[in-house]
Amino acid sequence: MIIDLPRFIAAERPTWTELEKLLDRLEADPYAQMSLEEVQRFHLLYQKVSADLGRVATFAAEPELKRYLESLTARAYGEIHETRTRSAKFRPVHWFVNDFPRAFRRQAGPFAVVMVITLVAFLFGAIATAFDEEAKEAILPGQFAHLMDDPAKRVAEEESATRDRLDGAKSQFASMLMANNIRVSIFTLALGITFGIGTIINLFYNMALLGMVAVDYVLAGQTVFLLGWLLPHGIIEIPAILIAGQGGLVLGRALVGRGDRAPLSARLRAIGPDLMMLIYGVAVMLVWAGIVEAFLSQYHEPAIRYWQKIAFGVLEGVALVWFLWFKRVAEPAEEDRS
Amino acid sequence: MSTALRIKTPEGITFSFQLAGPVVRGLAWAVDFLVIIVISQGVGFLGRIAGIISDDLAAAVATLGYFIVSIGYGVAAEWVWRGQTIGKRLVRLRVMDAQGLRLQFHQILIRNLLRFVDMLPGFYLVGGLACSFSRRAQRLGDLAANTIVVHNTRHAEPDLDQLLAGKFNSLRQHPHLEARLRQRVSAAEARLALQALVRRDELEPAARVTLFADLADHFKSVVTFPPEAVEAMPDEQYIRNVVDILFRTRGTDAKPARELSGATP
Repeated sequence: MIIDLPRFIAAERPTWTELEKLLDRLEADPYAQMSLEEVQRFHLLYQKVSADLGRVATFAAEPELKRYLESLTARAYGEIHETRTRSAKFRPVHWFVNDFPRAFRRQAGPFAVVMVITLVAFLFGAIATAFDEEAKEAILPGQFAHLMDDPAKRVAEEESATRDRLDGAKSQFASMLMANNIRVSIFTLALGITFGIGTIINLFYNMALLGMVAVDYVLAGQTVFLLGWLLPHGIIEIPAILIAGQGGLVLGRALVGRGDRAPLSARLRAIGPDLMMLIYGVAVMLVWAGIVEAFLSQYHEPAIRYWQKIAFGVLEGVALVWFLWFKRVAEPAEEDRS
Repeated sequence: MSTALRIKTPEGITFSFQLAGPVVRGLAWAVDFLVIIVISQGVGFLGRIAGIISDDLAAAVATLGYFIVSIGYGVAAEWVWRGQTIGKRLVRLRVMDAQGLRLQFHQILIRNLLRFVDMLPGFYLVGGLACSFSRRAQRLGDLAANTIVVHNTRHAEPDLDQLLAGKFNSLRQHPHLEARLRQRVSAAEARLALQALVRRDELEPAARVTLFADLADHFKSVVTFPPEAVEAMPDEQYIRNVVDILFRTRGTDAKPARELSGATP
């Protein structure tokens, strides 16, 4: 095929310019919507540019023209063949109260697996501490060195404290807890890339530590102190870590693809929105947990009664279960109407 | 690892993306790392202002500020600039959907969160190795997010006006053969002829004569111009005329492709 290049460019340039302007508009505004006529026009322009590229592709001496048409075709292809909805508007409250619990429920299977791992790991840590005196020293990492002491001694120190250790540093402490816990949660989720194995190991280790500390305090007769200390923030913080683990297992399951005949790219594409909502919900939960830990959990009797802290923790736990599992969430169709 | 990803559309059209390797991506990351430090310093300054109210609040702002900037910078920049950060813009990289579709926010978020694994055990060793061995040059974050990083290379064009020096081109007297030449010559052949002219002074005289003779023979076999158009024309001049036809169009539309090429995806 022989084409008169200058005439070809002169004739087709309006089409290319029109498509380019349309693409610029679509890409500049993530919420842009096209009317039916615009969609039809867009499709026609895409086909015309594709045809032009097909003609120029065999034409050696105009590499820049070819690159330009390739770039236009690639951009239009992304818009034409995309079947996912355009990104939703920035609605952080709506995402948390609707999309997060919906994603959690949709991925209930992996969360059940996380719960089993948690239970086994907790029992492992508890039994190891109860029957092996050296287990605590062997397993507890350096950052928890303060938990190596006798629990009764620590409780006595805490209850006899005359000054507020966190006076003038509560906000900083809360921010450190938030940053650290969110980092740990992201890492737990990200380890799902190891087909979920890294997530399972990470969860098992953390929950075994929890079991170890818990049984240590129980055996020392400090159960009430333990509950008063851990429940107010732990009832939110620990489920948050577990939900991050749920995200890791969702990722791992998509990578393994057992029982799913869809290709890997389609499986990963399908779980993306849920992973996003899970980690977003986890981050919000951990912000709350950080505030509670810095401003409430670190204070003990006689400053605040244990039953009050335990009651607060139980109320949070009930609210969390209701929120994640029983609260009515708006269905996507209802959201569209609103 | 291949260096290009080719996508064939249902319309039968193929386009390709140049995949970015670990070295150039490392360069972009180094720039972004510096940007994160600078922004964090700015947040630290804001923290010091908050210190007027409370030292505790100032420390909290600094702690949370660095954390949010270190995680949020890549996410926000890639979302606002459609797959680019400052570092990626500088070295002409762009994050794209692996199937050429529109990049979604959750893809950007996931690929950035998985940096926590790609960075292990230090200096992005896991991510770099994954990128080196991946068929589509993907680190683990890209694999999970179904994204690729492409390199928009800039091809520097030689100054053709200076190179071809405005001499009369007798081949242009035959527009139909001119068009046929443009149509039949491949991109590689056209580049070869151009490079021979660009580097002519680097060649030994004897080698130069042989090279242009071979090239002229080849292009004459592709399209045969009438004898009067090529009579007494040296081989090198013949190649100059061929390059003139292949790379320069005439009249007011002389540089249309060059004008248009600024709009890369």
